[in-house]
Amino acid sequence: MTAPAGQAPVVPGPTLATEGWHRVHPLSPVVRTGRAFGPVIGILLLSLVQTTQQRDIWWHLVVVGLIALAGVTSWLVTRWRVEGGDLRIESGLVRRESQRIPLTRVQAVDIVRPGIARALGLAELRLRSAGAQGDAGRLAYLTLADAERVRAQLLALAHGVAPETPAPPEYPLYLQRQDRLLASVVLSRPFAILAAFALAVLVTAAFSPGVARGVLGASFAYVLAVGTVVWRRFNGGWRLQVAEAADGLRLRFGALETTAETIPRGRVQALVRTEPVAWRPWGWVRLQLGVAGHAHNREERQSDTRELRTVLPAGTPADADLLLDRILVDRPMRLSPPPARARWKSPLRYHWLGMDWNATAIVVTSGRITRRTTWVPLARVQSLRLVQGPLQRRLRLASLHLDAAGKRVSAVVRDRDEAEAERLLTELSEACRKARQPLRRPG
Amino acid sequence: MTAPAVLGQAAGDRWLHPSPRLATLRLAEAGGITVLLLLAVGLPLLMTGLDAAAAIAGAGILLAGIVVAVLLARRVRSWAFCERAEDLLIRRGVMVQRLSLVPYGRMQFVDVSAGPLERSLGLATLRLHTAAAASDARIPGLPRAEAERLRDQLGSLGEAQAAGL
Repeated sequence: MTAPAGQAPVVPGPTLATEGWHRVHPLSPVVRTGRAFGPVIGILLLSLVQTTQQRDIWWHLVVVGLIALAGVTSWLVTRWRVEGGDLRIESGLVRRESQRIPLTRVQAVDIVRPGIARALGLAELRLRSAGAQGDAGRLAYLTLADAERVRAQLLALAHGVAPETPAPPEYPLYLQRQDRLLASVVLSRPFAILAAFALAVLVTAAFSPGVARGVLGASFAYVLAVGTVVWRRFNGGWRLQVAEAADGLRLRFGALETTAETIPRGRVQALVRTEPVAWRPWGWVRLQLGVAGHAHNREERQSDTRELRTVLPAGTPADADLLLDRILVDRPMRLSPPPARARWKSPLRYHWLGMDWNATAIVVTSGRITRRTTWVPLARVQSLRLVQGPLQRRLRLASLHLDAAGKRVSAVVRDRDEAEAERLLTELSEACRKARQPLRRPG
Repeated sequence: MTAPAVLGQAAGDRWLHPSPRLATLRLAEAGGITVLLLLAVGLPLLMTGLDAAAAIAGAGILLAGIVVAVLLARRVRSWAFCERAEDLLIRRGVMVQRLSLVPYGRMQFVDVSAGPLERSLGLATLRLHTAAAASDARIPGLPRAEAERLRDQLGSLGEAQAAGL
């Protein structure tokens, strides 16, 4: 942890970020088209195979031609420049869009490289700003060397130093072991579903191929969805390298599509540690971060609304503790269980239920078979909810929800004594208010 | 659940309720659905000459409608909210009771909406949005003027206490 590593050397060259207008790389539409229209082309090819009529083939060619024309036009009308401390990106022919991103508000610049972009030596820059929305400007695509140079320059401008300053140094924290990642993916639920499905189809096919084909056709969308989940887990952990930089955690990962992204320190809304039962023989755990930031445009939404970023796909508890120590310094540790009568309400969960809190964060554990531990920094709590169902009322229990930003993550203090839950609501809302004080906007 | 009582006892805390016309609104909605169901189920049965079946189905639907109406009246009465110095409390629910606490500093925006039925009764629904999708803080059945007063007040309080994400 002494030598700065993991950063690309800054290639000397013209200061791209400070001279007039620039265009993105001419091959950009190819990458973009390949990504956005890949499924469309796949469907076209499928229907091509099935049709035999000449006219249909012509129609397909027309569609492909239109897509190509749209690509070239989009490249022609897209340009960017740095002007008076802002990054300006203009795009769109019919609906002209001009984006102006104040560089002083830029928190991080990520480099994303989809598979096709990598094959062509290109990369995309994504800017994350400090606003509540975290909306990103995108420069897609530049050559990798340009992307790294522009990134360093944009960051330098964002921090108000000379554009020639190299990007801030990084210190490696964690490197994912490949064998362990593969084993963990194979031992995960989505993979088990896929395997069970494949087996079922094979067995069915042995008896009646017609039925198997029907089943395969009917469940194609579902299989594709599960397959995507498996792929994401694999790709998100492949060669994952977590490093700490001045502006936050830097993650680099990816097998086909590689990403180098920064999670700014203040954007972490929650930390989730899961201990899947299939991993228990080796004691592996997964650690994910809930990261705020709503996607702005549709393309962003597809890739970036996954609010949980995996920083530890499969590691030892010691690895998890090391990362936790860097992200959430003062963690509550002494879990207290709910009253024993909560067994009647949550018989399967009871053995994992627990909670603790201090001035900085709350921790809750839950889960039926897989243990899930969730930490939420009190300064990030959005709202608190006390919920009591009919069964809980009979048992004099209540659950307290602490909602973190986003859709998926909240810390649920399950099945506490109702008097305790009420006291917690009062005390925690006060503690959250205190923790929030330093975040207040001046004025 | 005694939580609202405990929290409401702090000095100056005053619990307010939606307008009684909210019950009228909910009953009108339930009544409308009951009539539609009666028509959709009863008419085809009558036309095919199954009068007995139509009578039984109609009685069943009416009964269900009445039960729903009674439950709705209780649900409407359960709504209450309390504006405190730093946060807004919202209480609701009969079977599942909920008490939400939304700090003003966490509100991203507040909006007031009114559907056609609500408008005809002079009511509106106030919704508080935080960065968390789970917050789900809303107050239905507020008189129009009250909803707008609350929106403006919450807006300015939110502005004064706003905290970064």
